[in-house]
Amino acid sequence: MIWELLLTRYNYIVVALLLPIGAYMMIENRNLVKKVIGMNIFQTGIFLFFITSAYREGGSPPIVGSGGEAATYVSPLPHVLILTAIVVGVSLTAVALALIVRIYTEYGTLDEVNLREVRADE
Amino acid sequence: MSELLPLLVAVPIVGALVGLVVGYKFERLAWPLAVVTSLAHTALAAFVAFEVYAGGEPLSYAVGGFQPPFGIELVVDGLNAAVVVLVAAVALGILAYARRAGPHSAAFYTGYLLLVAGLSGMSVTGDMFNLYVFLEITGLAAYALVATGDDGRSAVGALKYLLVGTVGASLFLVGIGYAFVATGTLNMADLAEKLAGVGYGSTLVRASFAFVVTGLAVKTALYPLHTWQPEAYASAPDSVSALISALVSTVSAYALGRVIFSVYTVDFLSSVAFAREFVLVLAGISIIAGSVLAVMQTELKRMLAYSSVSQFGLVVAAFAIANDAAVTGGVVHLVGHAVMKGGLFLAVGAIAARTGARYVGEFDGLAARAPLLSAALATLSLSMVGVPPAVGFVGKWYIALGAIQSQLWPIAVVILLSTLLTLAYFLRIVERMYFRSAAPREAPAERSTGTGAAAVADGGANDDSDTDDERPTLGRGSDVDFGSPSAGMVAVILVAALLAVALGPLVSTFEPLLEPTLDLLLQP
Repeated sequence: MIWELLLTRYNYIVVALLLPIGAYMMIENRNLVKKVIGMNIFQTGIFLFFITSAYREGGSPPIVGSGGEAATYVSPLPHVLILTAIVVGVSLTAVALALIVRIYTEYGTLDEVNLREVRADE
Repeated sequence: MSELLPLLVAVPIVGALVGLVVGYKFERLAWPLAVVTSLAHTALAAFVAFEVYAGGEPLSYAVGGFQPPFGIELVVDGLNAAVVVLVAAVALGILAYARRAGPHSAAFYTGYLLLVAGLSGMSVTGDMFNLYVFLEITGLAAYALVATGDDGRSAVGALKYLLVGTVGASLFLVGIGYAFVATGTLNMADLAEKLAGVGYGSTLVRASFAFVVTGLAVKTALYPLHTWQPEAYASAPDSVSALISALVSTVSAYALGRVIFSVYTVDFLSSVAFAREFVLVLAGISIIAGSVLAVMQTELKRMLAYSSVSQFGLVVAAFAIANDAAVTGGVVHLVGHAVMKGGLFLAVGAIAARTGARYVGEFDGLAARAPLLSAALATLSLSMVGVPPAVGFVGKWYIALGAIQSQLWPIAVVILLSTLLTLAYFLRIVERMYFRSAAPREAPAERSTGTGAAAVADGGANDDSDTDDERPTLGRGSDVDFGSPSAGMVAVILVAALLAVALGPLVSTFEPLLEPTLDLLLQP
């Protein structure tokens, strides 16, 4: 049962691993940059979920003519959606890193705990 | 007329790009360009809303000629026509305030208009994934705008907002994914039918509801998920606090209502009792906890921020009650809260610009020093508490009425209790302003690093923008402690205060306009 799950549904297992790993990193890691990396991992888990949902057993690429009329195609829509979501994710990462650069110039630290101490003196 | 719908999103985006390019070379043109864009946008929104309410029919537009359910659909009906007008009008009003209060840069106005584009997009879209994209556009613009404050605090506030906001939007995306796997469609109207076909008992459908509601609750800042909000509002420049407090959470709350009514439908709420209880409990806790936290605050902007947590609890509770009276109340309170809270943030900003007062303790005897602004602040506060005939009263009244009609007594009690708490935290401000004399204060200048000083510092850089006002010396002197707010700033605050009172009686005119839409959305 577990073996079958591991062999046939491994994508979903990876999704279920990536989401908590990303979330844990965002909450637990003191380093601001690593929090952003955690955010990226979290989003990647979601991307993988969407892409997996597009898969069809024995499906061919969704290009008209590649498999003929009767062939099974994988669903192209999740691919397109995730392309958009990746662009959004890149923009978010860029804005987050820009903010981190400003925080570093202002306070001279990337550590959450140090940052709190420095700001308490303000 | 439906050809105008994409323009609601396109006009601010084009304005933002033109403003960025032109403003790069001629920075002083950035503000007039933003105003022209915003005026055009407001006119467009008003016209669309007029068409919808006069025609009584929803307008719909298929983007790129791809017919729904395959293409993206833009829809304006009675529910979101009000939100579209609200977004455009509030953005225009706050521009008048931002002219003096700053931040002064072409990039700021670009971010401002992009935020307006994102919010308009969230209001008009009829497609779930499109809603996610606009949610993120709104988020990105809002993070950048919060960080336009020139101290480190705003950068930290913005980063926290970004991390929590992104998780919220991602959870929303997971919810969409589940609904998509269950039905194979993303169009809201189509989803409503197919979700019913899959069956509301399906785990996939229920899980998607939970994820979508939780994701939007983060963006709306309901109680346990609100942690990003007070610091983001308090650390942002005053113009930005007013804009995002008035619009960002408002449109997210609207999106939550839209998803409940148009995607999952009232049938889902009544057949899955736990889903309704989940939303009601979340909202109820938010109403009480937000008020209690607001009472505990000493910084005025943080107090207003926690007050929003409580008020959005009310709106979401109204959507979950889902009867005619409650949803009318929810929409009225959505609009009314935006006007009141935006006005309150602007009034607090202007008072800080004149007197440096940003903490509750500094408001003693303020009415003598800033009579007009104090009067506006008091009016808006009382309206927020729910003193008739102001709009704050009408919204709460309808929501409480709806709760009683549906026999949801706990919610009615919670509304009453939160009104008392709201009275507690606003009345102490009013009491200090009017019934205490100002204590002698030593060097208030040391405290303030806020807008007053920022406006002065920035005003020096582009002083040509101060052409038509009565005190041309402001912004030149390097040792001015506190500038005083421009006529435009005061005018905007007074308009907000007047609207807060005047909108109340107008609700009886608005109610029949909303009725056909509610009949459609709430039909069993």
